[in-house]
Amino acid sequence: MDLHKLTAHELHEMLKARKVSSREITQAVLKRVSEVEERVKAYVTVTADQALETARAVDDRISRGAEIGPLTGIPVAIKDNMCTTGILTTCSSKILYNYKPPYDATAVERLAKAGAVMIGKTNLDEFAMGSSTENSAFFVTHNPWDLTKVPGGSSGGSAAAIAADEAIVAVGSDTGGSIRQPASFCGVVGMKPTYGRVSRYGLVAFASSLDQIGPITKDVTDTATVLHAIAGKDPMDSTSVDIPAPDFAACLRNDVRGLKIGVPKEFFAQGVRPEITDAVMKGIELLKSLGADYREISMPIMEYTLPTYYILAPSEASSNLARYDGVRYGLRSKHSTDVLAMFMKTRDEGFGAEVKQRIMIGTYALSAGYYDAYYLKAQKVRTLVRQAYDKAFEEFDVLISPTSPTVAFGVGEKADDPLEMKLADVCTIPVNMAGIPAMSLTCGFQDGLPIGMQIMGKAFDEETILRVAYTLEQNTDFHAKRPEL
Amino acid sequence: MRAAPLYTMKLSKEEVEHVAWLARLELSEDEKERLMGHLNQIMVHFEKLQELDTSAVEPTSHSIPVENVFREDEVGPCLSVEDVLANAPEARDDQFVVPRVVET
Repeated sequence: MDLHKLTAHELHEMLKARKVSSREITQAVLKRVSEVEERVKAYVTVTADQALETARAVDDRISRGAEIGPLTGIPVAIKDNMCTTGILTTCSSKILYNYKPPYDATAVERLAKAGAVMIGKTNLDEFAMGSSTENSAFFVTHNPWDLTKVPGGSSGGSAAAIAADEAIVAVGSDTGGSIRQPASFCGVVGMKPTYGRVSRYGLVAFASSLDQIGPITKDVTDTATVLHAIAGKDPMDSTSVDIPAPDFAACLRNDVRGLKIGVPKEFFAQGVRPEITDAVMKGIELLKSLGADYREISMPIMEYTLPTYYILAPSEASSNLARYDGVRYGLRSKHSTDVLAMFMKTRDEGFGAEVKQRIMIGTYALSAGYYDAYYLKAQKVRTLVRQAYDKAFEEFDVLISPTSPTVAFGVGEKADDPLEMKLADVCTIPVNMAGIPAMSLTCGFQDGLPIGMQIMGKAFDEETILRVAYTLEQNTDFHAKRPEL
Repeated sequence: MRAAPLYTMKLSKEEVEHVAWLARLELSEDEKERLMGHLNQIMVHFEKLQELDTSAVEPTSHSIPVENVFREDEVGPCLSVEDVLANAPEARDDQFVVPRVVET
């Protein structure tokens, strides 16, 4: 049996029935990695030895009668911007090429505590800045559905690893769509939880008021399971929220009767391809036939979210990335005799073009004389975005849109056009600005490439989103279609 | 930097150099040219926000309400000096080493 092709909940049943060991599962996944990784290039670091050791320890515990949780013995891939003790954590940047953190991110620690087996650290756009994983300082990750296409980004490594069966479940991070857009491009399921639902401790900061960690998995049930494992208040992140996380997997229901769905028309403008609109609308019609109700609405403020995001996120990034100076960790330029030159040359040699560009935009937007016109203005527009969502959620349980205006584009196709690339995030960015949860799952195919549907929900109501997604999944077979590698 | 009239302006090379200095980024001549082009291309789109009247709108810095988090000021576990220095490009006598800062 091809164990690597299964989901976490399928493997969990087999583990419980003692039909398979974690070691066998882990070996199957590592074998798969050795077969396809050369073509997909999802991982910056594969932690094979450690994974086998963890799996053996898990099996020992199981044989001694320990409880088998839903992630016990399940191989997981971690985006390489989450700290892992003693294991390279590079953010796919030259400036952190040799960084081995002395501590674990809380999400990583919680996955370990749940018994998950880390397979490796996945590639990303440098510091999570990008929509194609082409901004990795190391190499480009390829889309398992078509190796000439990008996997999306910035969590392209995690999404490609799941699509290629190089891990059973994965985690990514999402600042403007970095979980949902690659999930959409790679035909897998991804969720950005409510801001504050998952601790950001140990997630290397990009834009702290927008960043959130979330699951990337093969199906909705596994997303619910991973979310439950990583969610919850953490004293190490004062923005994590003390709201009990329900057992999301236990709440899944194949039932949308009586649910009210809003369809904001602005999310279907701004360059959304007709094939994408068709597929998403078919999904919405299906939900209607299953008892939900939908209505088109207008949220005119959405036209302004892209420029707002490209002030807010770089501003926060320029501040967060000030810490990379060659003093305490990472790269230090060898070509300097005084300390100031060391800072400047280290940052020049260590950061890639996209990161420098965003640091420059952010520094400019926050500089004397411009703060009010750019940063403060953008924060005010952010308020208007939140208010638009609040108003919509007075009437609707969820909002549905495309995840991205297009399917996966070609490697190199948009690399030289800074604006064209950013349009890939036009449907996902507003969600981060409002802090609400949203997920992406496959609702169709165009020329053999997956199309993603985005389901947005109220703050801390991931449950309803999961219910809609689960119902859609149970009544379609898109998730059963897998790429051939 | 002098505050130039907003939104109608284009970043000059001198301004790019000033911002790069603020960000402690040493840029090559090629990079300055490239960034000047990209920044000006992107900043044109920021003009769109001027269409919105936000004079009566409160800014949002956080999407969910946050409050101060307090705890007892107690000594807890912390990283060892070895762990802290393990990633240092250069370290000596339990300290980070950097090039000379003060002229003798």
